[in-house]
Amino acid sequence: MQERAVVEPAVAEKAAAAPGTSITAADPFMVDGVQLGSRLIMGTGGAPSLDGLGAALLASGTELTTVAMRRYSTAEAGSLFQLLLDHNIRVLPNTAGCFTAKDAVLTAELAREALETDWVKLEVIADEHTLLPDAVELVEATEQLVGRGFKVFAYTNDDPVLALRLENLGAAAVMPLGAPIGTGLGILNPHNIELIVARASVPVVLDAGIGTASDAALAMELGCDAVLLATAVTRAQNPVLMGEAFKHAVIAGRLAKRAGRIPRREHALASSAMEGRAEFL
Amino acid sequence: MNITVNGTGHTVPDGASVGTLVSRVTGRELAPNGQSADGRKLGVAVARNAEVVPRSQWHGTALADGDDIELVTAVQGG
Repeated sequence: MQERAVVEPAVAEKAAAAPGTSITAADPFMVDGVQLGSRLIMGTGGAPSLDGLGAALLASGTELTTVAMRRYSTAEAGSLFQLLLDHNIRVLPNTAGCFTAKDAVLTAELAREALETDWVKLEVIADEHTLLPDAVELVEATEQLVGRGFKVFAYTNDDPVLALRLENLGAAAVMPLGAPIGTGLGILNPHNIELIVARASVPVVLDAGIGTASDAALAMELGCDAVLLATAVTRAQNPVLMGEAFKHAVIAGRLAKRAGRIPRREHALASSAMEGRAEFL
Repeated sequence: MNITVNGTGHTVPDGASVGTLVSRVTGRELAPNGQSADGRKLGVAVARNAEVVPRSQWHGTALADGDDIELVTAVQGG
């Protein structure tokens, strides 16, 4: 992984004193040469209203948010795109709903035209039952999109071999799933996520399956550079509160990863010295 | 002439361009470069017979009878 430098004590002190902005300033999240102030990437699916979605996005502190591309209807009238523009949130169009490389490439081309960004979250799913990525189509689409100048954020299975293949094809970030989309089952194979992180030299974004804040913290503790989630916030009983919970979870997990956790032990280890105890007769 | 827009039949005047159609469907006036004349982002893209028509070519691209047009925008998802 990149940028694992030790933080200067003065900087670390300052960061600890003022949680939030200074933490991210000392430890920026870079993707495709762009610095993002939050390691939380949000999706927008599942929100019952646009106003509620906007409030949840603001509470989450996200600076990058996915959208899907669908047929224009007068009712929608591009208001989601405008909402993101109004909040200075970068848009990350996805290719959700595509089953083939051909459809994904055309959808990405339309997104680039419509939203004027060459970033794309590439999602090529195998079937509607599992919504799992189709590895063969995913590889094909990544190759084609990179060739067409896209910055590909590849949504992938939690497969360390496939993740590396996608990176070698030129993906700007790899996004392994924690669990199938919308399940909220958390991170089913933490070992594989750690392996993907250990071998990657592009950002690793844990995407899909996040159910609650601790799942996102775990993703960061495993070494992921960022977390992408939608349903966990948009379908929470209180999306604004949950958005804020995830903001803190991602920061906490990242700090814990950088701080270095203690090793796990088989037996207890006293934290108080045994010497100098008072003796009671 | 008759074309299909997002799966629904439409009749457009002969000689109409992709730009004319986008303007009519979205109700927004377009500048010659395909951007919205009001300066706000339009946020839509067009595929004509499964080929993307770049915004800059909307006004120069004439529609033909039987064209299949997809007009897409960003919606909630992902």
